[in-house]
Amino acid sequence: MWAKVKCCLFLVALILPGQYTIARQIVVSQNGETGSLREAIRMAEPHDSLIIKEGHYPEHDVVIDKPLTIIGEGKVVIDGEGKGFVLIIRSDSVAIKNLEVHRSGRSFIEDYAGILVEKSSDVVLEQLTLTDNFFGIYLSAASDTQLTGNTITASGTRETSSGNGIHLWYSKNITITNNRVEGHRDGFYFEFVEDVYLTGNLSKHNLRYGLHFMFSDRCAYEHNVFQSNGAGVAVMYTKNVEIKHNHFEDNWGSASYGLLLKEINNSRIENNAFINNSIAMYVEASSRNRIYRNTFSQNGSGVKLMANSTDNTFTENNFLSNTFEVTTNSRQNFNEFNKNYWSQYEGYDLDRDGLGDIPHRPVRLFALVTERHPQALILLRSLLVGIMDAAERFIPIMTPETLVDLQPKMRQIQ
Amino acid sequence: MKATTILTYQWKDLLRGRWIIGYGMVFLLFTDVLIRFGGGGPRALLSISNIMLLFIPLVSMIYGVLFLYQSREFTELLLAQPTDRKTLFWGLFGGLAVPLSLAFAGGVGLPLLYMGVLFSNGSEALMLLVLGIALTLLFTGLGFMLGLRFFDDRIRGFGFALISWLFLAVLYDGIIMAVVFLLGDYPLEKPILILSMLNPIDLARIIILLKFDISALMGYTGAVFSRFFSGAVGISISASVIMLWIGAPLWHSVNLFNKKDF
Repeated sequence: MWAKVKCCLFLVALILPGQYTIARQIVVSQNGETGSLREAIRMAEPHDSLIIKEGHYPEHDVVIDKPLTIIGEGKVVIDGEGKGFVLIIRSDSVAIKNLEVHRSGRSFIEDYAGILVEKSSDVVLEQLTLTDNFFGIYLSAASDTQLTGNTITASGTRETSSGNGIHLWYSKNITITNNRVEGHRDGFYFEFVEDVYLTGNLSKHNLRYGLHFMFSDRCAYEHNVFQSNGAGVAVMYTKNVEIKHNHFEDNWGSASYGLLLKEINNSRIENNAFINNSIAMYVEASSRNRIYRNTFSQNGSGVKLMANSTDNTFTENNFLSNTFEVTTNSRQNFNEFNKNYWSQYEGYDLDRDGLGDIPHRPVRLFALVTERHPQALILLRSLLVGIMDAAERFIPIMTPETLVDLQPKMRQIQ
Repeated sequence: MKATTILTYQWKDLLRGRWIIGYGMVFLLFTDVLIRFGGGGPRALLSISNIMLLFIPLVSMIYGVLFLYQSREFTELLLAQPTDRKTLFWGLFGGLAVPLSLAFAGGVGLPLLYMGVLFSNGSEALMLLVLGIALTLLFTGLGFMLGLRFFDDRIRGFGFALISWLFLAVLYDGIIMAVVFLLGDYPLEKPILILSMLNPIDLARIIILLKFDISALMGYTGAVFSRFFSGAVGISISASVIMLWIGAPLWHSVNLFNKKDF
């Protein structure tokens, strides 16, 4: 026994000095060892820490090409002064904390960013403030990286002259937590990424999409808020996604969607809240998704389900005071609606099992009419339309026969 | 004898009939319930406006006709007094239109006030009240006109009132719908705009819809309408259309009343 313990102690003694003797601290301040971040990076050995003291550092295209920890003390502003990139990370194991990165360049040719992470892994970006950059944080071919608690704001006015807040390209295993993106083109933009975990973020007042991803399989989006973005959230060409407990709010405009799904397959959309969007959920060419326990409240359209979508199941969702609960473009329907709560349901429950005795048809005749002739929307809320809808509900002739909830809930699902 | 004297007499008579209190109570009840369960937001106001657009034209017009028939003897008695016909007419009209407007404004306004909607959604709520009062004046006037036109033929007068309501509230929209279906391939926004402005119920409905920002839902059509109605030209045109709808039947009624051989 004692021999074993001695052996262990010996091993620990061997390892410890190797770990701790190399790391040094370099202080960057206007009147210290060095006043330039670039200079300090050149001086540093791998795994050193750079402590940046409070101040304004006008530097751009600063390349971090060795594993370093860079920490700001007080209010540290790295100002790109509108030229090129501000920070470029080209090494694994870089951590940056508590800095402000200000004003990268703007270009129609280069994707200038406040922070560019290129071909690196194990990068941590934490508590950073990015203001008025073209792109905010740009990850290109990065992996195992964490973005936590960053605040990214810009004041773009046009989509063409504005970049994305957090932009991921060909990256995998990225955890993005508690960030806030405002005023960029897209709040979050992912293309060809895998295993991204996006949680607790806020994306609002972006010019185009709050969240936009394509070809990004196996990602999870939880507890995020997407609010008042120009065109809402649009996600495309992806399978195996989990979208849970998010809020999609106030995306109001003629081309604005709470959540637009295009060719999204085998995914789960659960426990989200869609409030006050012109179209809460638009489903096109998407199949085998499970839409479960979401709340659609006060939207223009709750769900706009195109006929090229199949085998989606809508179960136990709440549809509360939407102008149209479900709209579609066809008489055919290959999706299933079951046990949802519909505030427009007019049936009864004689056997008191909590499920309505007569089926609910959520597609109004008027919704079909306006799908074909948008000008007819001028008759919305008129008596004529009410009469038409009532007649159609009794004897469905034009609305899709199979788009029906056979067991509508009598009470709102909590 | 002044118009106001006649007006106050009428008012007392109406209150004695109690139905006007019932009319106000209906609005009060609906508004209270809708705000209580609808949360007082724009959606509740939209539902109130739905009820308003359905009830006000029907009740105002039918009662406009019935009222004239009912008070025929009283009118003839007053005609024997030294008073000119114009004064008498405005007294009679005001005696009905003012209490109706007040009943509506009170019925809807009180819940809006004590539930605080008047403060949170002030401009929308005010617009609702103003449109409701305008519609009351308009359809009471129409009712008066029909009542005077068919003064001795009560069935026809009453029938015309019902049919006019049916036409303006339902059939007219059917015509618009037909136009949209038949000519849907053409750029129809402007013709439909003009068509729907000619009907006061539609005009009121569209003003309300646009006020509550449904325009976003309506795509291109909504954009055209919303631009028109938010501009100075649009506002003044729609205001004058409503004024014309209030003025023309009343003007015609006064003429009929002046020349009528009772």
